[in-house]
Amino acid sequence: MRSTASPLPPFALRFVPNHWDAIAFLIIIGLLVAMVHGGRGMGEPLPAGEVAPISLKFMYLPYFALRTTLRMFAAIVASLLFTFIYATIAAKSRRAEMVLIPILDVLQSVPVLGFLSFTVTFFLGLFPGNTLGAECAAIFAIFTSQAWNMAFSLYQSLRTVPEDLEEVARGFRLTAWQKFWRLEAPFAVPGLVWNTMMSMSGGWFFVVASEAISVGDTTIKLPGIGAYLSVAIDRRRIDAVAAAVIAMLVVIIIYDQLLFRPIVAWAAKFRVELSVGQTQEKSWVLGLFQRTRWLRAAVAPIGELLGKVAGMRLLWRLPALRRGFANKDASLAIDVVWFALILGVAAWSTWLVVAYVGSALGWGDVGEVLWLTILTMVRVVSLLALATIIWVPISVWIGLRPRVAEKAQPLAQFLAAFPANVVFPIAVVAILTFHLDPDIWLSFLIIFGTQWYIVFNVIAGASAFPNDMREAAASFHVRGWRWWTQVILPGILPYYFTGALTASGGSWNASIVAEYVKWGDDKVTAHGIGAYIAKATEAADYPRIVLGVAMMSIFVILLNRLFWRPLYALAERKLRLN
Amino acid sequence: MLETVTRPLLEVRHVSQNYRKGSGEAGTAVLDDVSITLQAGEIVGLLGRSGCGKSSLLRIVSGLVRPSAGEVIYDGTPVIEPAEGIAMVFQSFALFPWLTVLGNVELGLQALGIAEDEAHKRALGAIDLIGLDGFENAYPKELSGGMRQRVGFARAFVVRPNILLMDEPFSALDVLTAETLRTDLLDLWVEGRMPIKSILMVTHNIEEAVLMCDRILILSSNPGRVAAEIKVTLQHPRHRLDPEFRRVVDDIYARMTRRPAGKQPAKDGHFFGLGIGMALPNVSTNILAGLLEAVAAAPYNGRADLPHIAANLQMEIDELFPIGETLQLLRFAEIEEGDIKLTDGGRRFVESEVDARKKMFADRLVAYVPLAALIRRVLDERPSHRAPGSRFREELEDYMSEGFADQTLNAVIAWGRYAELFAYDETEKVFSLENPA
Repeated sequence: MRSTASPLPPFALRFVPNHWDAIAFLIIIGLLVAMVHGGRGMGEPLPAGEVAPISLKFMYLPYFALRTTLRMFAAIVASLLFTFIYATIAAKSRRAEMVLIPILDVLQSVPVLGFLSFTVTFFLGLFPGNTLGAECAAIFAIFTSQAWNMAFSLYQSLRTVPEDLEEVARGFRLTAWQKFWRLEAPFAVPGLVWNTMMSMSGGWFFVVASEAISVGDTTIKLPGIGAYLSVAIDRRRIDAVAAAVIAMLVVIIIYDQLLFRPIVAWAAKFRVELSVGQTQEKSWVLGLFQRTRWLRAAVAPIGELLGKVAGMRLLWRLPALRRGFANKDASLAIDVVWFALILGVAAWSTWLVVAYVGSALGWGDVGEVLWLTILTMVRVVSLLALATIIWVPISVWIGLRPRVAEKAQPLAQFLAAFPANVVFPIAVVAILTFHLDPDIWLSFLIIFGTQWYIVFNVIAGASAFPNDMREAAASFHVRGWRWWTQVILPGILPYYFTGALTASGGSWNASIVAEYVKWGDDKVTAHGIGAYIAKATEAADYPRIVLGVAMMSIFVILLNRLFWRPLYALAERKLRLN
Repeated sequence: MLETVTRPLLEVRHVSQNYRKGSGEAGTAVLDDVSITLQAGEIVGLLGRSGCGKSSLLRIVSGLVRPSAGEVIYDGTPVIEPAEGIAMVFQSFALFPWLTVLGNVELGLQALGIAEDEAHKRALGAIDLIGLDGFENAYPKELSGGMRQRVGFARAFVVRPNILLMDEPFSALDVLTAETLRTDLLDLWVEGRMPIKSILMVTHNIEEAVLMCDRILILSSNPGRVAAEIKVTLQHPRHRLDPEFRRVVDDIYARMTRRPAGKQPAKDGHFFGLGIGMALPNVSTNILAGLLEAVAAAPYNGRADLPHIAANLQMEIDELFPIGETLQLLRFAEIEEGDIKLTDGGRRFVESEVDARKKMFADRLVAYVPLAALIRRVLDERPSHRAPGSRFREELEDYMSEGFADQTLNAVIAWGRYAELFAYDETEKVFSLENPA
């Protein structure tokens, strides 16, 4: 789960009701199972090999890169649409909120890659014999990695619109439409943009993973860098792997410079703050655009048109005031029916899941899966600890030096966006060549792409550390170990937890692709739940997939609830500076 | 000024408002049976200390909030939602940071559905009127506080309201800026250049009220009631040093410190609630001692005129009154007819050293603040000498809203800590007798 980093209001924990999660979780798994059932009935899967074969010639790479990027954009558009609808409903309706928010919270914690097999089957069924189904499946996979934290961000913004601005909007009689576009949406922009950009960064990993999937006999290879990479792996072409890495680097650089930075810099103007911000995001692209005359003149009418649409007196006037239900008994009765409905759906989901998994598997399988999940957890936790020990001191060193931080921070964000799975084959070749133990050495792949979240959050924390406190520490000769434990670590802890929480969620996801890797016909496997899910996917063994994904989700949710969130809340309460 | 017999512009009829408890039940009253009228051509001030419900009343008049009982009649019809013809200026300015000055001013016109050209023209006119020429394309964060509030005024003027509501519009500004803006606003008003028939403003600054208003309504606290109405007939421009001006100010101070008739056996009268249910103000012990020392020293020598000492210490009544009343509650001082007078105890406190001060403070807490006495007694009785904060909070919430309960608990914790009467652990929210020495 990717969430906030530095330029955001802190993660608002109190908006996350707890006791509904179990129910939400059951409903989600139930829906997945229902999707597979339904998808199967809707059509035959695409015969293997029907998709155009992927050529390894380097000259095709730019085209593949373009296709990959287009898929990303389709997914981000879908995510934004989803975000605006879902979050707005959740923020405006109390009853919807009771269900939608816990569902969102669980979806944030579910390992998205576990979904792949379900969604592929479903979409292939929707468009039989057509690549559109495969495209939709890939786009949906990216969507599921992006949408949840975006929706959360918008929801939280909508719920925390400053009261005085809200009063202005009502006092000057803005319509609901005008209020949304003049007040609520602009207020949500900084958080939403940051989360969207973080989502896109994370999305590259999933686009690579979802372009080449085998579910049972169905093999999908969509033209794109991910498919190119997978063909290169099949044919043991290390030069092609290197070419894919370079192509990906170029794509991410372009994305970073042309999209990420300009948009984040632009979003700064929507921040509600009384003074000009101390940390100014810079973007040469935005600066360039703002200095152009023709380009701006060309874009201006679009902006004007949007402004007019936003200013239209569409829809109804705002309802006068919430006076509650005129009839308390009626309201209560509806609540009761609503609760009953939710509980009914949850019970039905539970029955569906248990029946489905139970038809093929027994308690022995549950025990095995539990053990494998514990193995993966040990892996994730120890690697997070390792990454922390290595990166926190380095990041603090960087963050306390503004000049270095200015250069290092974009680099860390860039590395977080780079899909680590592109470089997996290189690691696999190394493991094969030196006959290393996969249980140990594959573990490093899990943290490879996610450690950067720790790095750039800690850099941000150290940069924001007040100078007067550093000076006070220096003047009282606080040095060495005491300086670390009493001065800087408490100061950066909230930032560290934000980064570590994100890294932890990402690592669980990565385990699905990192614990089971191939090089030609050689397969390298580590013992863990990731490998279990990956193998079950390959074999189209749905009951095992459901069991594996469910177990992994339970672990992730419990870890978040019992470990990360309390720590984060504690750090927020005791250590937030101001 | 001639008595006009025309229909009032706005009428507030028997309005009451209650706090809503967490359970949705009606709680303590904020406003109790308040009736006021607003005539065309006058500026009316609502004066009261914080917590007297003056901002609530303004929001009820604006239609942003509905009262629990009573009604507001504007233009012959009840106000049940924000009405056209009533505009508000906010204490915090409440500008939209993503809109330019022009965009902020045009906001209200868009809601009215006024054509773009016309809206543009009117907005520029309002910006011109309030003296913001040249800042049309600036964003709020580029402006100083005074300039931002000018945008707030322009945004209100441009919709050509009949009634302008102002919620402490100058209190977030520094003294000089506030004075300039007040003067500019009064000039526009006196010269009749504002498209506004009447102004209703909320303030806690007595001099500001006397400077601007034709009528001042003094609201008493807990629950808010109209305690007095004062007509100010001084000609504009008014001068603070004018003896007549001073007389009105003194008169208001005296009225605001006068004990409510009939209920004054004890000296707790100014804090609402009795016994455990007394709502305490969050006043730091440093400030309590500071005021005692200031009153004891020359030129006051134990007795001070409140307006005088307020001006000297640069305090507003919102800050000064709770301090004085806490001192009165603890019998360190007495407040009467706009004066504060030290008691013998107060003099002894000033002359004592730190430890003796703490001892005196502790004795008086136990004697005169029932909540402090209760906490101490519970801690003494329990073998563990520990008690969770929630035990007292829940009891407080039987008497007052959650906000007041918080404030009261915080106050008693701060005082108890200073007096070394008990300790409190913020993380665990537990009272104890531990002394971490």
